[in-house]
Amino acid sequence: MKPLNEIKLNFPSRSANEGFARAAVAAFVSQLDPAVDELADIRTAVSEAVTNCIVHAYPDTIGTVYLTVRLFADGKISIKIRDKGCGIADVKQAMEPLFTTGGEERSGLGFSVMESFTDKLRVSSKKGKGTVVTLEKYIALRESAPSAAKPL
Amino acid sequence: MALRMETESDSLTIWLSGELDHHSARRMREEIDAAVERIKPSRLRLNFADVGFMDSSGIGLIMGRFRLMQLYGGTLEVAGASERIRKVIRLAGLDRLNVLKESGEDLSAKDDSGVPHAGR
Ligand SMILES: Nc1ncnc2c1ncn2[C@@H]1O[C@H](COP(=O)(O)OP(=O)(O)O)[C@@H](O)[C@H]1O
Ligand SMILES: [Mg+2]
Repeated sequence: MKPLNEIKLNFPSRSANEGFARAAVAAFVSQLDPAVDELADIRTAVSEAVTNCIVHAYPDTIGTVYLTVRLFADGKISIKIRDKGCGIADVKQAMEPLFTTGGEERSGLGFSVMESFTDKLRVSSKKGKGTVVTLEKYIALRESAPSAAKPL
Repeated sequence: MALRMETESDSLTIWLSGELDHHSARRMREEIDAAVERIKPSRLRLNFADVGFMDSSGIGLIMGRFRLMQLYGGTLEVAGASERIRKVIRLAGLDRLNVLKESGEDLSAKDDSGVPHAGR
């Protein structure tokens, strides 16, 4: 299915951009008129994925974070967060609750949050090459479906 | 911007505000830890009433302060958290650490004037 609308956003892995990324995705996704809770779920999941690029993928450098958001007519929102950072050696282990390589102040719950606040989470990674996280969420379409963007 | 703090006997209450993510957590953590080390309270209460957003970085912050207070033989309480923030806290199983105060137990959680209650 073709998306109704799509944005791509690239930004440097500075921690100040965590808030920017959440706000930008929320503003775009609002075209589908999500409920307050659905929007909050999306903001939280995006924050986790973007933070991981900033904290883990590019630990000692500033790299680029690549964000793509697609909106579909059936209410599906697909969000891809990609980095060209250090990659993850063992994705299954990384996704386990409480697993972290980030030391004392990381909780190891980022992937758990992404998983429980979205409908689908896919992670693929290659050591030394980078990581792609894809989040999918279905939002309930409402009768008064608003100005949902016109097909591309 | 400094965090609002109030001490009462051996309790220290700190009001967090804004969006709590990895970016903002560092400064909050430094301020909290400096105050705890200076005052050495037996009870630290973190009030989340003015926190509009929190991701798992907030969990890291709460767990870290829990450990810090244990080190001093004190306790940690989390008050004023919205239903949204409770959702993240529950996911982390932090409710089992018994730090989360029901809003009913916590008057300041219902106070949106932002003014701390005196004389409690
Ligand atoms: N984009 C990424 N690049 C490299 N490593 C990552 C990335 N995302 C996650 N990881 C790894 O997976 C672990 C778990 O991530 P997460 O569940 O978000 O917890 P936390 O960020 O608190 O460590 C991280 O500690 C890190 O080792
Ligand atoms: Mg994380």
